Order: sequence, then C-alpha cells, then structure tokens
Amino acid sequence: MSAHHHKETFVTKYIFSTDHKMISKQYLVTGIFMGVVGVLMSMMFRLQIAWPDHSFTLIEAFLGPHQQDGVMTPDMYLALVTIHGTIMVFFVLTAGLSGTFSNLLIPLQIGARDMASGFLNMVSYWLFFLSSLLMLVSLFVEAGPAAAGWTIYPPLSALPQAMPGSGMGMTLWLVSMAIFIASSLLGSLNYIVTVLNLRTVGMKMVRLPLTIWAFFVTAIIGVVSFPVLLSAALLLIFDRSFGTSFFLSDIFINGEVLHYQGGSPVLFEHLFWFLGHPEVYIVLLPALGITSEVISTNSRKPIFGYRAMVASIIAIAFLSTIVWGHHMFVSGMNPFLGSVFTFTTLLIAIPSAVKSFNYLTTLWKGNLQMNPAMLFSIGLVSTFITGGLTGLVLGDSALDINVHDTYFVVAHFHLVMGVSAIYGMFAGVYHWFPKMYGRMMNKTLGYWHFWITAVAAYGVFFPMHFVGLAGLPRRYYNNTAFPLFDDVQDINIVITLFAILGGAAQIIFLANFFMSIYRGKKATQNPWKSNTLEWTTPVEHIHGNWPGEIPEVHRWSYDYSKPGWEEDFVPQNVPLKEGEEPS
Amino acid sequence: MTALIYTFIAIVCAIAIWQITNIFNLKGVIATERDNNTQGYLFAAFGVFFYVLMIYCLVAYNVVLLPESASVEGEHYDNLYVITMLLILFVQAITQFLLFYFSFKYRGKKGTKALFYADSHKLELLWTSVPTIVLSVLIIYGLWAWNNFMDVSDAERPLIVEVYAKQFQWEARYAGADQTLGRGNVRNIKGMNTMGVDMTDKNAQDDVPTRELYLPKGRKVIFKFRSQDVLHSAYMPHFRAQMNCVPGMITQFSFTPKFTTEEMRANEATVAKVAGINKIRKEKGEDAYEFDYLLLCNKICGSSHYNMQMKIVVQEEADFNTWLKSQKTIAQVLN
Repeated sequence: MSAHHHKETFVTKYIFSTDHKMISKQYLVTGIFMGVVGVLMSMMFRLQIAWPDHSFTLIEAFLGPHQQDGVMTPDMYLALVTIHGTIMVFFVLTAGLSGTFSNLLIPLQIGARDMASGFLNMVSYWLFFLSSLLMLVSLFVEAGPAAAGWTIYPPLSALPQAMPGSGMGMTLWLVSMAIFIASSLLGSLNYIVTVLNLRTVGMKMVRLPLTIWAFFVTAIIGVVSFPVLLSAALLLIFDRSFGTSFFLSDIFINGEVLHYQGGSPVLFEHLFWFLGHPEVYIVLLPALGITSEVISTNSRKPIFGYRAMVASIIAIAFLSTIVWGHHMFVSGMNPFLGSVFTFTTLLIAIPSAVKSFNYLTTLWKGNLQMNPAMLFSIGLVSTFITGGLTGLVLGDSALDINVHDTYFVVAHFHLVMGVSAIYGMFAGVYHWFPKMYGRMMNKTLGYWHFWITAVAAYGVFFPMHFVGLAGLPRRYYNNTAFPLFDDVQDINIVITLFAILGGAAQIIFLANFFMSIYRGKKATQNPWKSNTLEWTTPVEHIHGNWPGEIPEVHRWSYDYSKPGWEEDFVPQNVPLKEGEEPS
Repeated sequence: MTALIYTFIAIVCAIAIWQITNIFNLKGVIATERDNNTQGYLFAAFGVFFYVLMIYCLVAYNVVLLPESASVEGEHYDNLYVITMLLILFVQAITQFLLFYFSFKYRGKKGTKALFYADSHKLELLWTSVPTIVLSVLIIYGLWAWNNFMDVSDAERPLIVEVYAKQFQWEARYAGADQTLGRGNVRNIKGMNTMGVDMTDKNAQDDVPTRELYLPKGRKVIFKFRSQDVLHSAYMPHFRAQMNCVPGMITQFSFTPKFTTEEMRANEATVAKVAGINKIRKEKGEDAYEFDYLLLCNKICGSSHYNMQMKIVVQEEADFNTWLKSQKTIAQVLN
C-alpha cells in the first residue's frame, strides 16, 4: 500500500482522505461540533424547565419565532429534547466516539497499514457528514424540526396534523437517519473485516487489547441491529408519504377519521427498540474498552481478568439483542413478554458487575498515574456503577410500571450511557491526542475539566432521580399545571444550575483541544509508557503507519510491572525472554 | 441558596478563564508525582462530596416522594421497591467507597511498583455467582408481583371502566349494570358521541360516560384503555399504575383502590408533602392546594402533553354506587 505512493493534494489529504488516521480526526471534529450543538440545546431547555415563566430574550437570538417574548413555545421545547437526544446518542456517542476511536485504533493496535477498505471508510465518513448536515438543516424548517421524542413513536411522528414537528422536520430526520445508518453499516463492516483479516503476525485474538475487542463486538452489534431501525424508518416514510398502514390504525384527528386501518404502533416500538437497546451498548462498549486500556496503562498493572472481560463484552453483546422489550413493559404488549424481558434484562447485571469489580481490582495495589485520561476513566467506573444500579429498578417490569418515562429514567440513562460514554470519549481524546495530532494536551486544564464536570454531572443527575420518584413525567414543557409537583421545582433549579456549570466546563476542554492542536508540546513516541502497538509508530503520521516492516507481536498488551523486567512495561513487540512465562 | 450557587458559578468561571490563559506555559503534560498526590487527595475529597450529596438527597428529598401505595396491588410494588433500593444503596455504598479509596490509597509514588496480578478464578467466581443469586431472588419476586398486577382472571365482581385518551384530554366510560362495555371505534365519533361508542351494540346502551374518574374503595377495577389519535399513557402514580393507550387496540390494567381520597388526604406523608407544597404556593401568592389523586399523560403526545390530566376520586363503595346512579347513561346523553 505504501509502496506505490502518489502525490497528495490538499483535497486528498485533508478532505477526501482514505487514511484511517485522518478519517478518525474528521469524525472527532464533526462529533465535537455536533456535541456542542446538542449540549447548547440542553442548556436552553433546562432554562425553560427551571424558570418556565421567565423571559430569556437572549435565547430568542437562537430560536427566533419559537421563543416568543423570551418564552419558549411548547413545540420548540419538545423539538429541542428530541434533537438533543438524537444528536447525542447517534451523532456524538455513536459516530463521534466509535467512528473516531475504531478508525484510529483498529489498524494501529492490531498492526495493519490501514483499514481493509480505505475507500469505503471515506464514503462512511462523508455519509455521516451528509446526515449531520441534514439533521442541522432540519433545525431551520419553518414549523420546527422533528419533535416526537428521539424514539419518534408513530402516530405522533407520522401525522403532520398531530404536531408541527411531524411535517418537513420529521421527513428530514428520517432521511438523515437513513443515511446515518448506511454510514454506520459501512464503518462497522470495515471494522469487522479489518480485525478478522489484517492482524499482524502473532496478534492472536486472545492478544488483542480490550479496546479492539470492544470495537469489534460493537461493530457486530451495529451490523445486527441498525438495519432493523432502517426498516422501521423506511416503513414510517411509507406510512407518512404513501398512505400505507404499517403502524397506524383507527385514527380520528382534527375532526376527521383517517383511512389507516390494521397497523400497530407497537410494531414500530419493537422495531425501534430492537436497535434502540443494543444502541446503548454500541455507545457504551467502546467507552468501556477505552477505559480498560487507560486504567491498565495508568495503574501500571495488567487489566484484571482479561478473559472474563472479553467474555463479559460478548455476553453483554448477546444479551443486548434480547432485552429490547424492557422499554415496552407498559406498551400494551402481552404481559408474558414482560416476564421474559425482565428475566433477560436483569441477567445483563451479571457481566456488568464482573466488569465493574474487575476495574476495581485493577486499581487495587496499582501505581496510579493521575493523567487526565485516568481521571475520566475512574469517573466512568463511578457513573457506570451509579447509573447501572438503578437499572435494577427499571429492568424489573413490576417496578418499571411506576417510574417508566419519568425523570428517574432520564437520570438513569444519562448516568449509565450518557455521562459514562462521554467520560470514555474524553479519556480517549486525552490519551490518544498525541497519537492523533503529534502534540500533547495540557494536563492542568484537563484536571479542571474533569473535576468541574464530575461535580456537575452528579449534581445534575443524582437529584434528578428524586424528581422522577415524585412522579414527574419527562418531556413536560412545564409542571405548573400540577400543584402536586410544585415542591420539585427547587430541585429542578438546582439541576439546571449544575447543568450550566457542567456545560461551561466543556469550554475548558474545547480551548485545550483546539489550542493544543497548534501550540501543544510536541509529543514523544510513547508518552504514557504503554504496551500497545500504536506507540511503536512514528509521531509524524505516514501512510501505512510503520516506515519499515510491521512489528511482530509476542505477548498480550498488559505486561505492566511484570516481575523480572526492570521497566514497568513491556511492549507487545518485545520477544519473550528465555524461560519467561507468557501471561 | 440560589445566590450562593450563582456566586459559586461566577468564581468557577473566573478560575476557568484564568486557567485557560495558562495554556501558553506549556509545561505540564504528563502527571508527575506531585500531580498523583494532589489528584489522589481530590478523589478522597470527591468521595466525601459523593456521600454527602447522596445522603443529603435521600434525607432532604424524602418529603417530595409519593406517599404509600393507594392500591392493594401496589403494596407488593412498595415492598419490592424497598428491597431493591436497599440492595442498590448497599452495593453503591461499598463499590463507590472502594473506587475512591483505591484512587486515593494507590496514587502513584516514585520507586513503587504495582502488583502484577492478572487473574484469580476464585475472585471472579465470587463476583459472578453472588450477583447471580441475588438477581435470581429479585427476578422471582418481581415476576410474581408482575403477574399479580397483570392477571385479571380471578377478579370477582370487578368494576369495568374504559379510559379514553385524545389530544389533550381524558374521558371515562363505565360498563354499567351488564358489566360489559359496548364496542367502540373512532369511525362512530359524531356529535356528543365523543368516544365513538357503537350504539347498535346492546351492551353499549347502559354505559356511563364521564369526565372525571370515580372509583370504589376495595373493589377490583379493570381498566380498558383506548386512544383516539396518537399514543398516550395513562399514569396513576399514587396507585403504582401505568399503561399506554394505543390507537387501534385495547390495552388493560387492574388494581384495587385501598384508600379513599379523604383517607389519603389524612395520610401522614401526604400531609407533610401538601404542607411543603402550600408553603411554596403561599410564597408565590397562589391558592392553597388540596390533595387529589390524578391520572396524567406520560407518553409524549403533542404540544399540550404537559397539561393532560384527569382527577380521580376514590370513595366508599356505597357512595360510589350513588354517584354512578346519578350519572346519565350514554343512551340518555345521545337522545
């Protein structure tokens, strides 16, 4: 590949690049941009929740006619929560996280010169870019963007009569998501093929770093479940535009009976959540993979229970495809299904517990190097446990009845997949920034970024559980119609203040990130004294990654502080000493 | 309190800006021993913050939570909930302690080497099997409670009520003396027949349509849910009950009310909660609030989703029967 080098123009190097390292950076920067949009939206609707009758004229500059006299319209509120959810789940935490680090690390850590198909990889990014663009364009539709919740349940999402957001905004949402799914599938197929076929000599599957295991299994989940969402989106487009009745039946709206007959919204819920639940793990597993690598490197200790970690990744992936019904306990499906899904759902707690305890044991008696990436990884373990535990309430059909769709759910999933996955992403950025840009990020700013974010994240989501337990449903524009909820308003204000604090802390990250690209200290080849292969490549990016032969692998990637070695790390390409036991 | 938080945020922002300017002294990029030490202590401090926040929320926000279940079936809900919560708090307290303690205790020091400890089948067996056993107990109790909620086959003399949802209001229909609801379909909606009841069905004649939901104490109520337009969800938090209303199909749920509205108003937890609410309302100059059971919409359904509610009144059975008799049947309403 590197043999027939042709001259690169600006366009082939920075725009239509087929180099996985450049594509990874493109994913990251696009993801960060979408993240800024998503977070700003959450700031706006949190202000609305906390001070429903206050006039925020500043926000009028963003929302225009949707913010009349400084007060947001109910439809715009629903649109903001919808697009916030969509952007954060798909554009930031799926494409931004998986797209960035799978692309960067799969070839580098398995010892390959590039992805199996650089061209498909490029197409994948540009489809993602196009879908991001469409999603952003939908914000400027006159009647407002899609507003039926990120789960876009029909009939609400299918009927323009039901809400303004179900017109052009919803069409753009569906087209954008269809393109997004195509992008995600191309990416995933590439990752799978690359991991299976392009590993260097000696890189057996059982020697793969846990990051690669996580990316590999994530890609498989994506290939299995994303097409189902595509089919749901296509059928919904048919119902909306061509008069079919897949999801619609017996509807009377705005004074007239519609012709739809025989369809069922519950079918849509099944199709949606068949992706929707695995999606949680598509978001989370890469973050956990990154955490495994970062915690082990910075503890200067092998990850505890490597095989159990791999087994739990696979177990989580398998179980994740048979638990979708726990989002539908009160959907009206047969109660027997509720029992089955309760059973499978609570089983997921077992591999999750194994992972958590293994992280704790990895820290035990370590020599913890408190780099910013390490702080975020420890933070991830904390939020993963806190958020995961409340899953015991929500996964149990009998208990879900009363907290379903309340703020308890919002608090739960933001901690377990929102904050945790974002922490994983930050850990990844701080850890692999030198590999991406050849420079280092500033650690002091990293510390400030972490600590403010950590305090704010718990300040937002811990009290939020109680708002839910008081019975307040999510997606309420305000709760002034219910005196019953007057006493949670103070909690809502506290939550909003912490949310603003947390949002502001991200400015530190943005400043650190973009300034370090140009002014950061030049990186050394292996700044964290890590064992994995990416640190054997030169700091300056070259096509094909290694100037000479690809190194051979002789050991797993976790030989940290191994007895018998002077240094506290032994890279994977170092041959075994005579008489040395492979770990 | 709010002013304090504002000040706090202002200070944090100021420090943040000051720190951002520090990026130009590009010295620190990799954690030194001093950093390890500081950050280790910060993790200890964060652990303290974490526990304080948790305990504060548990104590201070206890009063805003829902009072005990107002339905007989909800008692199991409350039991299962308490067991699960105790388990969660127990595991949470221990694991988070270990996490922050290890982060503090094993902060990196020069000259020390980490322990090479890659595997232990004993430990892994321990934390695979213990969660498995605990979860089995939760699963079994949960499934039993779930079947208890969902099974309506053994109900004697149940009251049958239809709850009908549309953007953005609720209606109800009682089955009447024949214990059977007449068929309904949106194609029959016309004039006063807002629920689309099929008046050619003889079971429909004695059905009683209402705009408020009255329920008898101590009698099992089987709810049948329908929706006219989009998905809605009938959420009755005080009874620990919720079910989606789906256009084109009938969903159902049942429970037995345990306390009348009057009895619930006298409940200790309710009194405390209402007192708290009224204190806030008084400061804002709003009318005093009196407790009522509510049915609220809990599935996003459009612009006014946030104000789609119906009052529920639970009475002694005799009072309820008197009330029901005083209502017009649908045949009377339509003629």
